[in-house]
Amino acid sequence: MTIDKQTVNRIAFLSHLKIDENKIEEAQDEFNKILNWVEKLSEVNTDNVEPLSSVNENSLVCREDIVIEKNQADKILANAPVKEYGYFVVPKVVE
Amino acid sequence: MTEITQLTIHETLDGLKNKKFSTVEVIKEYIKEMEVKRSLNAYVLETPETALSQAKESDNRYFQGKERRLEGIPLGIKDLFCTKGIRSTACSHILDGFIPQYESSVTANLFSSGGICLGKLNMDEFAMGGSNETSYYGPVVNPWQQNRNLVAGGSSGGSAAAVAANICAAATGTDTGGSIRQPSSFCGVTGIKPTYGRCSRYGIMAFASSLDQAGPIAKDVRDCALLLNVMAGYDAKDSTSANLPVPDFTKVLGQSVKGLKIGIPAQYRPDGLNEEISAYWDKGIEILRSAGAEIVDISLPHTQYALATYYIIAPAEASSNLARYDGVRYGLRVDGDHLDNMYINTRTEGFGKEVKRRIMIGTYVLSAGYYDAYYLKAQKVRRLIRDDFIKAFKQCDVILTPTSPTAAFPIGDKHMNENPINMWLNDIFTVSVNLAGLPALSLPIGLSADGLPLGLQLIGKSFDEETVFRAAAVIEKEAKFERLK
Amino acid sequence: MIIQGKTNKWEIVCGLEIHCQIISKSKIFSTASTKFGADANQNVSFVDAGMPGMLPTLNQYCVYQAVKTGLGLCAKINKYSEFSRKNYFYADMPTGYQITQFQYPIVGEGVVTIDLEDGTTKEIRIERMHIEQDAAKSIHDIDPHKSFIDLNRAGVGLMEIVTKPDFRSPEEAGAFLRKLRSILRYLETCDGNMDEGSLRCDINVSVRPYGTKELRTRCEMKNVNSVKFVMQAIENEAKRHVEVYESGGTVEQETRQFDAVSGQTKAMRKKEFAHDYRYFPEPDLPPLIISDEYIKQIADELPELPDAKKNRFVNELGLTKYDAAVICENKEVAYFFEKAATGHDAKKVANWLMGDFFAMLKRKNLTIEQSPITAENLGRLVDLIEQNIISGKIAKDVFEIMSETGENPEKIVEEKGLKQVTDSSTIEAIVDQVIAANMDKVEAYKNGKTGLFGWFVGQVLKESKGKANPQIVNKFIQEKLG
Repeated sequence: MTIDKQTVNRIAFLSHLKIDENKIEEAQDEFNKILNWVEKLSEVNTDNVEPLSSVNENSLVCREDIVIEKNQADKILANAPVKEYGYFVVPKVVE
Repeated sequence: MTEITQLTIHETLDGLKNKKFSTVEVIKEYIKEMEVKRSLNAYVLETPETALSQAKESDNRYFQGKERRLEGIPLGIKDLFCTKGIRSTACSHILDGFIPQYESSVTANLFSSGGICLGKLNMDEFAMGGSNETSYYGPVVNPWQQNRNLVAGGSSGGSAAAVAANICAAATGTDTGGSIRQPSSFCGVTGIKPTYGRCSRYGIMAFASSLDQAGPIAKDVRDCALLLNVMAGYDAKDSTSANLPVPDFTKVLGQSVKGLKIGIPAQYRPDGLNEEISAYWDKGIEILRSAGAEIVDISLPHTQYALATYYIIAPAEASSNLARYDGVRYGLRVDGDHLDNMYINTRTEGFGKEVKRRIMIGTYVLSAGYYDAYYLKAQKVRRLIRDDFIKAFKQCDVILTPTSPTAAFPIGDKHMNENPINMWLNDIFTVSVNLAGLPALSLPIGLSADGLPLGLQLIGKSFDEETVFRAAAVIEKEAKFERLK
Repeated sequence: MIIQGKTNKWEIVCGLEIHCQIISKSKIFSTASTKFGADANQNVSFVDAGMPGMLPTLNQYCVYQAVKTGLGLCAKINKYSEFSRKNYFYADMPTGYQITQFQYPIVGEGVVTIDLEDGTTKEIRIERMHIEQDAAKSIHDIDPHKSFIDLNRAGVGLMEIVTKPDFRSPEEAGAFLRKLRSILRYLETCDGNMDEGSLRCDINVSVRPYGTKELRTRCEMKNVNSVKFVMQAIENEAKRHVEVYESGGTVEQETRQFDAVSGQTKAMRKKEFAHDYRYFPEPDLPPLIISDEYIKQIADELPELPDAKKNRFVNELGLTKYDAAVICENKEVAYFFEKAATGHDAKKVANWLMGDFFAMLKRKNLTIEQSPITAENLGRLVDLIEQNIISGKIAKDVFEIMSETGENPEKIVEEKGLKQVTDSSTIEAIVDQVIAANMDKVEAYKNGKTGLFGWFVGQVLKESKGKANPQIVNKFIQEKLG
């Protein structure tokens, strides 16, 4: 599979990254090299093989329904680049 | 007399218990050494004041006879671990100035056992890299033949270099595809990636959640075992952590390997494997054979697909794990006229090239229309790779391989940098272990002809670090590798 | 409902996705409080804030609530389920992904029976229900250049219920939402308050020529927050589709905004870039496996649900289907009714409840829990009438007093001397007195103005201050007037 410029732009958009116009071709080229390389997997017969998403064989252990953190807004906001009145502040969300 | 900073953890603990020196003296020695060796760029943040005040507490405890398991041991902490009140950045620009209000479970275990934090160690940005060159703070210089300006390996390059250069007694590392073992090999130190689930991932900035695992890097096998005793354990805050008892890993050290079956996978000796490395592998085999172990040829037929599988799965998870770095709640913010542009500007400027590359690959392999061909396919091959190990371990107890196909290479190496895949090929012997979730240790076996350390890797069954340690101790004893002074 | 267009008859095809906030103390994947209405960012854990290195842990009570809800929807409970990440950048999604369930939800297919106004019922099929985390809720409209992010709601547990496209009219959708809300409240798994956003509805609407089975392009309207608006949105969106088709156009698949003021739907200002959520298994949470015993234990603890209660009220207490449905829609009303009806005439209790009692609550603007009249006292009042101790008319007065004072009706009747007079000689004396005082009317009656009979009864009751037993009064007047 090879990918075109439009796909590179779309992937950048989904990743919330910007690629300079003059770097797109380079990115596309690199992308294709990598995809070409991982293409190797198509050699492997995986019929009837279940995907493995985790080596963890335990099932999920749940926790009790208890409240631990209380009123720690100061800790939550401690690293905020911009905050006001106890809120994180960001440039306007465009809907 | 040997310098304090050259001592292992168990030697230092002995000295402290026997009042040969105080913790404050130890810490002062290390702080001095750290200053001298700043050109290595191993630390991205030094915390001498807190270290000294902790040292006083440790001395108090020794005085009262209330010392804990690692009382007074100076440790370096990989910058991927969140340390409460101490800047933690994963060596990424995007986490500029981030000061966690919480402590990772692994470092909490270390510090509550008396370990002392000397500072935060350099690493590849978000643990993505094999040479420490992707760090926002610049590469670490390998302390071996420092004038040659070689890489320390990665991603835990700062950890391995600091241990080798005696500017911490031991360090924490993390390993997603070889990030503990490969730099350990490059720097002539010992490191273990335990079984997935052995150490809690809580408070460690996630790279690829199904692969990431913390472990120690130390001066010898015994120190690794000692540290893992403290670092490991069930943590309810990590749903993937294993609710199993942690054995005392030091107990098996010195036990015989007589009758132990050592698996040698044919696929790890590809055509063109570096001859020196091949020869050292044979030396390792010979040591174990002479000690009474049985050598068994095994097959791990899907080994050749491990890298491609890894470079689909790890970026996929990373693309999602790194979505939270958006300039809203912490770290760098680069403004934009509206929210989406602020996100994009922040991420574009905040992430380095390799990280962006992996985020984009990960985004691509998960996206509609490609998921089945890449991500799902990789997950299926992952199962085959894991099943290879399950089968192999029916024939043997532990597997011996080289750690890395090369010794340390120069910083800025042209071949390594002209194509990302060349760098990734360095992980060829290490990634399968992460895909299968197994424990694996790297220890130095000797020096190359031009004087650089080379390592061997021991791979164990799931949650059988003990056999790994047992075999490693035997090799270590015979290899008589000389650490840097 | 059939929409009559200019040229054709059309049928609505509509499905709903309902997000229900789970009632629990702590959030689904963190130990911060779920309390509504706290100051900004007070109820936030490091996990909710998407801090580096933080990991989710699953709240067992949210699982319990989900299984309970699934059972209440007569649905299949999946013993194996998985969590997935749904990836998208959004100001209210601190991690950049939502932990949800995708391929393997905890609840499978189920069914909800709705009651329609014509007295019939219809089964609405449930496609699935999964559990996930809620997004934060921030402020975007107080500053022209800034948005203010409040993470309090981030991570509150949600159940997302997805129906099949079984709705053929806005009324069916309305009836479904009311029934669903009723079931959730009986189960105590979601408080169902649409105005506080604890129940939110996404609507998918398309239309097709009446009589065909085709499925045409649908449009989605998200987060519509009242039953009335949901019904309006369906109707107006369906009509829009009909107009588009009949004027030769095509409907574009899109997410539209419902405008509560105009009742119309409109295209979003910013066309959403086609989302690509890149779902993949959540690597921080192993699969969730629940046992048969666990499911059975919850099934055994399940309360009687509105349909079962309704049927019982009809079959055992003799209520009409309509009355039973009205009473059972609201759990508190049903419980109040059962208490009031126990040991009394259930049908009469139902009449009082749905008549004067509801009118009184409405007039006083009270909920049933705040009613000054207790269930026991309402039952006693009905008994007083049944036992001929007071007349129906007096009972209304007693009810008035009860609604003011909350007193026991027996006490009121006693103290105010409202007991019905059943003593024949007393009543006969009053009848005689009335007849004697109105001989002209007696004459008229005897000359054929038989309609005056009722007037005489009224006069006697009036003289007795309403306390005379009407049957006895009738008997004497009949006798005396011949």
